[in-house]
Amino acid sequence: MPHDHDHDHDHDHFHHEGMSPSGHPYRPDNDRPLTYWQRMEIAVRELLVEKGITTAAEINAQIARMDARTPAQGARIVARAWDDPGFKARLLADGSRAMEEMGIEPDGLKLVVVENTEAAHNVVVCTLCSCYPRNLLGLPPDWYKTRAYRSRMVKEPRAVLREFGLDLPEDVQVRVHDSTADMRYMVLPRRPAGTEGWSRERLEAIVGRDCMIGVAVPSAG
Amino acid sequence: MSVLPDVTPPPFPPPYPTRGGRFAPGAAVRVKKGAAPGHIRTPWYLRGKTGRIERVCGDFGNPEELAYRRDGRPARTLYRVRFAMAEVWGAGAEGPDDTVDAEIFEHWLEAADAP
Repeated sequence: MPHDHDHDHDHDHFHHEGMSPSGHPYRPDNDRPLTYWQRMEIAVRELLVEKGITTAAEINAQIARMDARTPAQGARIVARAWDDPGFKARLLADGSRAMEEMGIEPDGLKLVVVENTEAAHNVVVCTLCSCYPRNLLGLPPDWYKTRAYRSRMVKEPRAVLREFGLDLPEDVQVRVHDSTADMRYMVLPRRPAGTEGWSRERLEAIVGRDCMIGVAVPSAG
Repeated sequence: MSVLPDVTPPPFPPPYPTRGGRFAPGAAVRVKKGAAPGHIRTPWYLRGKTGRIERVCGDFGNPEELAYRRDGRPARTLYRVRFAMAEVWGAGAEGPDDTVDAEIFEHWLEAADAP
C-alpha cells in the first residue's frame, strides 16, 4: 500500500493530500463507466465471437500484428535507399512494392515516399482525420492526431517545425503533404554528413519516427 | 489572380490502374467550391484554390459513396495537387513559396481557365 508508512514519525515528509510520498500526484483510476462506443465495441466483438465469425485468438493475433509494426521498419527502408540508388528509384516510383521487396507486407497500404533534398523539406499531416502509414510505421504519435498539429501544419509549418526543434533556412522550401484520400506518406530524409561508410544497421539506428513524418532530421552525432 | 507552384512531374507512371483522367501532371486546376453534404475528402481550406497536378495517383472508389456502404463505382481518378502557400493563405502566408500537396478526386477539379 503506497501510504502505509508509520505516521507517528515526525520526519519532514511530504503530506499534501492526493500526493505520493515522493510528491507526485496520483493518477486517478479509470473506473468511470464505459462510454457508448466502448460498450458498442465490446458488444460487436462478443457477438462476432459468439456467432463463430472470428475468435478471441484471431483478434489477439491481429493486435499483436499491429503492435509489431514500428518505425524500425521505415528505418530499414530509409537506410537501404541511402546506399542503394536502384532501390531508392523503385521506392519513389512505388512505395508499397518497395516495402514488399523488403519483406514488409503493405496490407493495402498505398505508400508514397517523398524525398528531402538540399532545396526542399517534406512534412506529412492529415488535416481531415489522422491518416498515417500505420502498416509501415505502426500507430501514430498522439500529437499527430491533435487539432493543433493538423490545423497549424498546413498554415504555419515553419513555426510548428521550430517548436519541434527544426529551424529550416529560408531558402529551403517546405512541402507539406496532406493525406486527404487513399495514399499514405513517408518522408525519405537526407543522409546526414559524417555517415560515409556506415553499415545499414548503423544507419537505421539514426532514423527515428519523427524523421519519417518530417518534423525532424537525422544526424550522425 | 492565382499563384501557381512549380511542379516537376514524376519520372514514373502511376503505380495503380487508371483510365488516365482529364488532367496531366503540370496542368493548372481549380478545386470546386461546392459544399455537398456527406463524407467528403476535399478539405475546406482548398476549395476554390488553384494549383497544379503533381501526379496522377490512380483510380479509386469514390469515398463519398464508400462511406455509405455503396460500391464506390465507377472508380474516380485521384490526383495529387500542389498549391502555393501564397495561393491558399494569401500574401501574408508564412512562406509564400512553400507548398501544400493534397489528394483530390477528379470530380472536385476543373481546369483553371474554366469560367
